[in-house]
Amino acid sequence: MKSSLKLALGLTSAITASTAVSNVAHAEDLTLCWAAWDPANALVELSKDFTKETGIGMKFEFVPWTNYADRFLNELNSHGKLCDLIIGDSQWIGGSAENGHYVKLNDFFDKEKISMDDFVPATVVGYSEWPKNTPNYWALPAMGDVVGWTYRKDWFSKPELQKEFKEKYGWDLGPPTTFDQLKQIAEFFQKREIDGKTVYGASIYTERGSEGITMGAMDVLYSFGFQYENPKKPYEMEGFVNSEKSVKGLEFYKALYDCCTPPGASNSYMGEGVDAFKSGQVAMHMNFAFTWPGLQKDENVGGDKIGYFVNPKGPDGDQFAQLGGQGISVVSYSDKQESALKYIKWFANKDVQAKWWSLGGYSCLNAVVKDPAFPASQPYAQTFLDSMAIVKDFWAEPSYAPLLQASQKRFHDYVVAGQGSSKDALDGLVKDWTQVFQDDGKM
Amino acid sequence: MLNRTAENVARATPEPLARKVRGISDKGLAWLFISPTILLLLAINIFPLFWAIYLSFTNFRANRPNEVVKNLGLANYQRILGDQDIWIAMQTTAHFVFWTILLQTLIGFTLAWLIDRKFRGHAFWTTIILVPMMLSPAVVGNFWRFLYEPQIGLFSYAVSFVTRIPPTDIQMLSNVSLAPWSIIIVDTWMWTPYVMLICLAGLRSIPEYIYEAAEVDRASNWRQFWSITLPMALPFIMLAVLFRGIENFKMFDMVTLLTGGGPGSTTEVASITLKRQAFESWRTGYSSAFAIILFVAVFGLANIYVKALNKVKQR
Repeated sequence: MKSSLKLALGLTSAITASTAVSNVAHAEDLTLCWAAWDPANALVELSKDFTKETGIGMKFEFVPWTNYADRFLNELNSHGKLCDLIIGDSQWIGGSAENGHYVKLNDFFDKEKISMDDFVPATVVGYSEWPKNTPNYWALPAMGDVVGWTYRKDWFSKPELQKEFKEKYGWDLGPPTTFDQLKQIAEFFQKREIDGKTVYGASIYTERGSEGITMGAMDVLYSFGFQYENPKKPYEMEGFVNSEKSVKGLEFYKALYDCCTPPGASNSYMGEGVDAFKSGQVAMHMNFAFTWPGLQKDENVGGDKIGYFVNPKGPDGDQFAQLGGQGISVVSYSDKQESALKYIKWFANKDVQAKWWSLGGYSCLNAVVKDPAFPASQPYAQTFLDSMAIVKDFWAEPSYAPLLQASQKRFHDYVVAGQGSSKDALDGLVKDWTQVFQDDGKM
Repeated sequence: MLNRTAENVARATPEPLARKVRGISDKGLAWLFISPTILLLLAINIFPLFWAIYLSFTNFRANRPNEVVKNLGLANYQRILGDQDIWIAMQTTAHFVFWTILLQTLIGFTLAWLIDRKFRGHAFWTTIILVPMMLSPAVVGNFWRFLYEPQIGLFSYAVSFVTRIPPTDIQMLSNVSLAPWSIIIVDTWMWTPYVMLICLAGLRSIPEYIYEAAEVDRASNWRQFWSITLPMALPFIMLAVLFRGIENFKMFDMVTLLTGGGPGSTTEVASITLKRQAFESWRTGYSSAFAIILFVAVFGLANIYVKALNKVKQR
């Protein structure tokens, strides 16, 4: 009787103790917030190593891109404690730094000997610094990304198409190096029958709701000579945003939309672009580099059938590309900042970064991307490197949201709905942006 | 007998509770019962309304809680009333409300009138007609987006079959002229059954003896419709118009799912503009002023309409 009592008591104590231990473990779990996309799945896989090393569990809150900004900016603005770590979009950095949403990481970097010189410079400026080009760091570059292009290598290499193209345009069909060439190729493929199916020229960004058309149009405008402001006088936009070159750039984007996109592609962004390419609808496809690992593996369009090229040059030879990607930050409202910083320290490690790249994430660490074996590590690796060398980004001001909304409206009204002229759209944009900066007291 | 029952109940009631209840007047008891509801209404309806009115006079931004809030007086209201984009959004809303109500009332009343004939299987057809109304707007929006798809959509193929225009040229959601109609078609498809149901209730409420008297007076079917059916069902029709009008004035879900306000700003109704200002641009003060203007407009129009409805009922 006594021994059974002891056994029962022992079991009860053991169960109580294990529950307590598991509660402690749960209390230490970190929640990481990001967008729901392929790299997020890679990060889940990668983070298992962190749990193994530290015993700190990881939970993830992934939200689809279309709601990503709404959901997490609401969370930060309401000082929510859901996210301990957040991989926030590059344009959020100004607002999140000034409004105290992110923990400043300078002291932590100094203490842990994490140097920003070890990361690709464009990613440090784009994802970590606020104010830009000052050594004030609010994030560790986590996921390098940039807009580039994929094309159907198998279609481009068909001898009959090569012959016809050469006769028509006088140059060899291949990845375009200028936007003029890109448009010629797109026109060539538009409504062409290939393997018994009607195909189209190119898939480009036209989405209205979040940031799609701005990312797409800017990707072209930069290389045509668009500038956000007078380099010598901040916030002076007249003659820069709406310069003659910018007007031509936007006209080009509209012409590309009108001539060479699939029917009904008036609200297309990352997902729709991938769908158009995967289903064999388009010859070329504008998208962020994060989509490339998935496309490379695709049975129908991947492998030898797909090729990659850097954003082409504009009429004057300028060549830029729209920056994507994000840095990882510690949320200042989190109660687990110490553990969150441990994660950042772990993530900055060279071996972890190398594994991150191998799993499908885009590392920003020089030691990984400057490794001699890197360009050959994946068919798209060299294009990624070349693209990252020419990036430009949208405003990262605290008021980036109204600035973005204005460009979404102006670009969509002109490019998709065909209202007004390119000059009207850009003049209107200057007016809208001026109003935003005046409201902020910056002008 | 009744008094004796009341006494028995009072005797059976536990003493402390009975004493307490006896100490409260009927009015007090009534307040006691309705006060939780009133408090809830004050907390979730009245307080936010007054708070929004206060914010509408400021430059407050919900994403910058640490910034000093400045009183702007009527500046937000002036800016909204002078903003061309806001007026375009209001026109788009008016266009949308007008056509959806017109189509839903015409089709809804016709369907109700037909169903009221009580033909064989009318109960089955009533249920079938009601199906769209029972679906979630999210499902309907996504479902119609596929139907409208120019390359694979059944709608495009059906129109192409009739008109001989290639389906890829029928771009319902991308074409500036067709996009507003694509939303009107879906809203009409979904909500006509609702109007039909209210009209049917109106038609069923007309006493049979009035028609019998008209038959005795040898009134034609047409005369019966104009002199009996329509006037007596009119208050119900007007009620349906009121409900749908208010609902469509704040239409958001279907537009977001189908076009997102595009192409360009062609289908950007007032509620979408408001959402963009409030939760994307974070101009909380400005959007509060816009919300107040919309509220006053709907409230004012609804009041005028209810007065007209009451007059019709009194006739």
